[in-house]
Amino acid sequence: MKTGRLFAMGLLAAAALLGITDFAAAQEGETVFANDPDTGITAWMLTSTALVLLMVPGLALFYGGLVRTKNVLGTMMHSFAAMAIIGVLWAVVGYAMTFGDTIGGIIGWASDKFMLAGTDTAKMAMDTENGVTSWIPEPVFAMFQGKFAIITPALIAGAFAERVRFLGYCVFIALWSLLVYNPLAHIVWGGGFLTGEAIDFAGGTVIHISAGVSGLIAVLYLGARRGYPKVAMHPNNLVLTMLGAGLLWVGWFGFNAGSSVSSGMQTAQALMVTQIAAAAGALVWIIIEGIQHGKATSLGMASGILAGLVAITPAAGDVTPLGAILLGGAASIACYLAILLKNRLGYDDTLDVFGIHGMAGIIGALGLTFFLRSVPDHGVATQFWFQVKGVGVSIAFAVVVTIVLVILIDKTIGLRLPQDDEMAGMDHSLHGEHGYGLLNVG
Amino acid sequence: MKLITAIIQPDRLDAVREALIKHEVFRITVSRCAGRGRAEEIDLYRGAEVAPDLIPKVRIDIACNEDFVEPAIEAICTAARHGDSGTIGDGKIMVTNLEQIVRIRTGERGSEAI
Repeated sequence: MKTGRLFAMGLLAAAALLGITDFAAAQEGETVFANDPDTGITAWMLTSTALVLLMVPGLALFYGGLVRTKNVLGTMMHSFAAMAIIGVLWAVVGYAMTFGDTIGGIIGWASDKFMLAGTDTAKMAMDTENGVTSWIPEPVFAMFQGKFAIITPALIAGAFAERVRFLGYCVFIALWSLLVYNPLAHIVWGGGFLTGEAIDFAGGTVIHISAGVSGLIAVLYLGARRGYPKVAMHPNNLVLTMLGAGLLWVGWFGFNAGSSVSSGMQTAQALMVTQIAAAAGALVWIIIEGIQHGKATSLGMASGILAGLVAITPAAGDVTPLGAILLGGAASIACYLAILLKNRLGYDDTLDVFGIHGMAGIIGALGLTFFLRSVPDHGVATQFWFQVKGVGVSIAFAVVVTIVLVILIDKTIGLRLPQDDEMAGMDHSLHGEHGYGLLNVG
Repeated sequence: MKLITAIIQPDRLDAVREALIKHEVFRITVSRCAGRGRAEEIDLYRGAEVAPDLIPKVRIDIACNEDFVEPAIEAICTAARHGDSGTIGDGKIMVTNLEQIVRIRTGERGSEAI
């Protein structure tokens, strides 16, 4: 995220609010916009926005295939519910809270971004050349960012899959989005106190670490599924999971390369390292499995892809191709170990949200320091400290607010599914449907 | 030798298996099936309520010696019942005489082959 641009955008918004005319702006040597938007950037950002949304049904397929037959629809609904709920919430207040003018470095607010009223026709400044500033329509940036807000709470759902009430889940992601995602995104990207310090190109800390840690905390409070880990709980359809992993890989190009908010060298670099890290993650994971079990599994392949993609997310704009290979590979090793450790400890992070997103997010956010294309003036050690601070703030913030939210919702409207409903399956007990027709239900 | 065939609700399968294992009945065959007793089930399809004719059930087949019949019936009944008094649709248990059992691998017959 280019904070300079965001700041300029904020100024413009403020200027528009105060009714300052173009004349006044020109007098102060302020922005003179080109007549037409920068079509190259606009076109790529529109494409990226669509690609990131594609990741949400991708996630629904990925998670949906991994649960038992009786929970396939309930699990896919978790991802789709995020599209519906955060889709509205982001337009109403989310964008204003994240990219508005900062209040104490913690949260943003801009009244013209409320309901996206001012954003509707706003121009977002890109580069200035010969006194003329190129721009893209702000609605595309607002929607691009909105997709990130959608997918983050949807990621958490994998941790407590197969055992939450639908209403409780809906309230949880709405509040989590308002109280965790929006402030964190503001702190790291929108002008908050870590903006310009910690490198988080496309959301390693804001998205993957916060979702992973929140999932872990929610699971520790809600407890395991009935029968876990004694009863075997097989994925109902790994074909869906493979499809989902593939869609996530494709969508991630929008996620990472779109986060450059440009259409140039850095965009291409981000796309390149995304591709390389995903491949490296997948390769390392199946090699580990091959060594340990003598068989490479499809789920291992999908997990490795995810680990690689998550690890490169914070680093995408700033690391070298060699760094991408090493980060992707290291992430797979770390995630593999984290899942082995989970099985030892016995807590039920059902689809390994912490094991993959949390772990690979941390590897990426910290590890990127050592593979930067150009070392910042303050040196590697200072940058590493910034990264540690970014990771620490994300973890602390997500842990504290998630604990409060989960307890509050579970005690009032109920988050944990009653045991009879859990046994009957979410599809039947919560949605009155069956995923696979009559004969396959169970 | 008897053949116990139980038709139960899918959501009680785990509980029934646990109860059977407690009574030392380990060897069972489980299949998904569909059927219709007294129970009705409502599905939703685009807002319309639909009552399918056939309801998904789980069928458990247990071949056992006489001594195990009553414990197995007891275990299944207790574990398959919903709530304290049970609900319509909890299922049935059928017990039939079993004439012969053959273990394919060795050719053993009768009680030995169970």
